[in-house]
Amino acid sequence: MGHTSFPAKTDSARTGWCSRWGDYDIEVAIGYLLRSGVVLSAVIALCGACIYIFRHAHEPADYRIFRGEPSDFRTIPGIIASVLHGRGRGLIQLGLLLLIATPIARVALTVIGFALERDRLYITFTLIVLIVLLYSLIGSGLVF
Amino acid sequence: MTILTFTVLVAIVSFAAGLLGSLTGLGGGVVLVPLLTILFHVDIRYAIGASLVSVIATSSGAASAYVKEGFSNIRIGMFLEIATTVGALLGAYLAVWIPTAAIATIFGCTLLYSAYLSRRPRPPELRNLPPDPLATRLKLNGSFPDLDGKRSYNVQRVPAGFSLMFGAGALSGLLGIGSGAVKVLAMDQAMRIPFKVSTTTSNFMIGVTAAASAGVYLSRGYVDPGLSMPVMLGVLAGSLLGSRILVKAETKSLRLIFSLVILVLGLQMLYKGIWGRI
Repeated sequence: MGHTSFPAKTDSARTGWCSRWGDYDIEVAIGYLLRSGVVLSAVIALCGACIYIFRHAHEPADYRIFRGEPSDFRTIPGIIASVLHGRGRGLIQLGLLLLIATPIARVALTVIGFALERDRLYITFTLIVLIVLLYSLIGSGLVF
Repeated sequence: MTILTFTVLVAIVSFAAGLLGSLTGLGGGVVLVPLLTILFHVDIRYAIGASLVSVIATSSGAASAYVKEGFSNIRIGMFLEIATTVGALLGAYLAVWIPTAAIATIFGCTLLYSAYLSRRPRPPELRNLPPDPLATRLKLNGSFPDLDGKRSYNVQRVPAGFSLMFGAGALSGLLGIGSGAVKVLAMDQAMRIPFKVSTTTSNFMIGVTAAASAGVYLSRGYVDPGLSMPVMLGVLAGSLLGSRILVKAETKSLRLIFSLVILVLGLQMLYKGIWGRI
């Protein structure tokens, strides 16, 4: 990413930023996870965009009236089915779904990180956040 | 407007919003909802859905670049995310019952108050504050790389910050924004966390907060692929550029841009809310 010019990247700043190496290791792992998740979802959405624009480029775009998305684009089984049918918008939704999943995976990884540090207080805090996030996915009816 | 023109124009506007959102810690979403509704005549519900998705992209895209610079504080972020995610979930469920005009009015007032707070004259930056017993117990205090080596900070007023974060989460769920403005204020003003640590930790938290309500919005059919795609990709590119500028920019000019953006948006939201143009 070319951040070599920033003074913060020196080793002394790294060790000085947090008292233990554990926190920094968690952060680095999370950094990779977030970047991979975002890149992957962006690439998938871009592929979907190509199909979608190639097929519908000259149709009028109208978002004035709210109709709500069909179930193909608002449940996980619906999205997967439309991807399998080769639909561009299905592929975009899959990318967006992955994007939503990225912060959730980040929280899950943080639980593991704090478990390795044996920090019970922060394992508890992070688990609470993870439960709330999973509840929002299941409770909203997205999964079914 | 054809789908091709629409996609290209929305992508350009989103790029600009992503750049601004990343630079100020606002997350771009607050800029996007008014822009999409005013410039592109998009229904507010579609705008909210697209904005929420873009907010996650901004946060995750920028956070991956920030992490290595050592500004964000994972413990502060994680602890406060309990408040923001619960708030976001509540906000997303409440969004069905509260009229959007009322939400816009409340939000406009909040933004104006935030703008006032961020421009209020105050001592340069309170340093060497005494450690707060609760913050110490929660292991929230930290340090970050400064121009002259590392700088430590002691977090203050944890309950006040936590409550503000709950409000920030609820606003995020209600309006489909990252509510970075309120998050930064909670950390910067209430908890006395240095500005750069506040903005980067806020950026980090925004994605998790937005994810808590994004599932609800997606399953409600608010997330349109044709609209969300240019918004998400544009914002992502803009935010990545913004995250590179942040480290080099001065805190003072950042704050000025930050408060001006809040002021303009506050007036806009208030206007929309009172005249029912939302």
